[in-house]
Amino acid sequence: MSRKPKEALHALRAFLIELVVYGVLVVAYFFVVLLFLQARLYELAQHHIRIYAVVAILLIIGQAVLLESVTTGLMRLIRGRSE
Amino acid sequence: MNFPISGSHISPIYLAIVGFVIGILGGFFGVGGSFIAGPALRAVGLDWNFAVGTDLAHIVGKSVVAAKRHRALGNVDLKLGLIMAVGTIGGAEVGAQFIELLKRRGNVNLVVSIVSIAIYFSISSFMIWEARKTILMQRKKKAASSRPQSAAARDRSAFHGVTKSIQRIHLPPMISLPVSGVKSISLWIILFVAFVGGVFSGFLGGGAGYIRMPSMVYVLGIPTHLAVGTDLFEIIISASYGTWTHAMKGNVDILIALVMHTGAAIGAQIGAISTQYFAGPKIRLAFVPLPLIGAAIVIYTLFTGHKL
Repeated sequence: MSRKPKEALHALRAFLIELVVYGVLVVAYFFVVLLFLQARLYELAQHHIRIYAVVAILLIIGQAVLLESVTTGLMRLIRGRSE
Repeated sequence: MNFPISGSHISPIYLAIVGFVIGILGGFFGVGGSFIAGPALRAVGLDWNFAVGTDLAHIVGKSVVAAKRHRALGNVDLKLGLIMAVGTIGGAEVGAQFIELLKRRGNVNLVVSIVSIAIYFSISSFMIWEARKTILMQRKKKAASSRPQSAAARDRSAFHGVTKSIQRIHLPPMISLPVSGVKSISLWIILFVAFVGGVFSGFLGGGAGYIRMPSMVYVLGIPTHLAVGTDLFEIIISASYGTWTHAMKGNVDILIALVMHTGAAIGAQIGAISTQYFAGPKIRLAFVPLPLIGAAIVIYTLFTGHKL
């Protein structure tokens, strides 16, 4: 097998493992964090709209930074092992 | 899953998949993907005002990570980004006010649908034209000269003459952008370009990179790699403001944005890695069907009134 298809195969395998691990983490995140936040965010949106707006921005930025670290860490871990 | 803020019931798997696709597009093509996010949210029954506000919140998360990477690569002109943020915020507020006006009149879904269809068709047409022109130009250059060109010369667009004329317009105050290599340009032109992008962002959601990015390159004369990084930096500020103003108007369901973003985070990594295997203007040609898919979803929802 030539080098390029071999690399692509490695990448595909690593990607599938990442997807499974990430999927499990995200499902856990849905149940632990998002369902926990649901009622509280609804309350804020109904009665404290300014606080809701600030919390919304902080939440999305916080999640972005957190998930970027998770995905980068996962990629390093899995790709490092598969190569 | 129930999303009480918008009063909608949407599968989180659907949202994560939409986010994943948008993430891949962002990583691969360097676009925000609002032309897919808006119609995809609309297709599951979310009103346009919620689709626009929620997509803006989702964009904030995505741009924070992308801008961080571009800053590390030196692709961000902070001075230009901060000036543009002012214009974009003004425009985003005007766009959000248009949405409010249409909400009061009760025809927000119809009007935004029609405008979005027109915009998505325009993006696709422009991309076909631009990619075709670039491919032809590259072929001609290859045939004419074997001498290697500088990065600036390779980045030069067919609009170079027009850009130079715009930079010569003397409308004080004139400023310089040393990081972007612009010696002198009117502050008002930068603010105008940013304002127009902001109106689209506030009205159709997303970062409106499809308007601002080409404007920065073709009108302001910013090198492409700096335009991408600066645009992302500026989007953090303007989309945060857009999220704030839409949230204050009750148009943001942050839970939907958070669920969508879980898919986008992994999609962005996959998209960025995929660029190693593909390159060139042919990628931009491959991008052409995507806004058309967005337009098709909006047309389907508009004419049938059905959710997907």
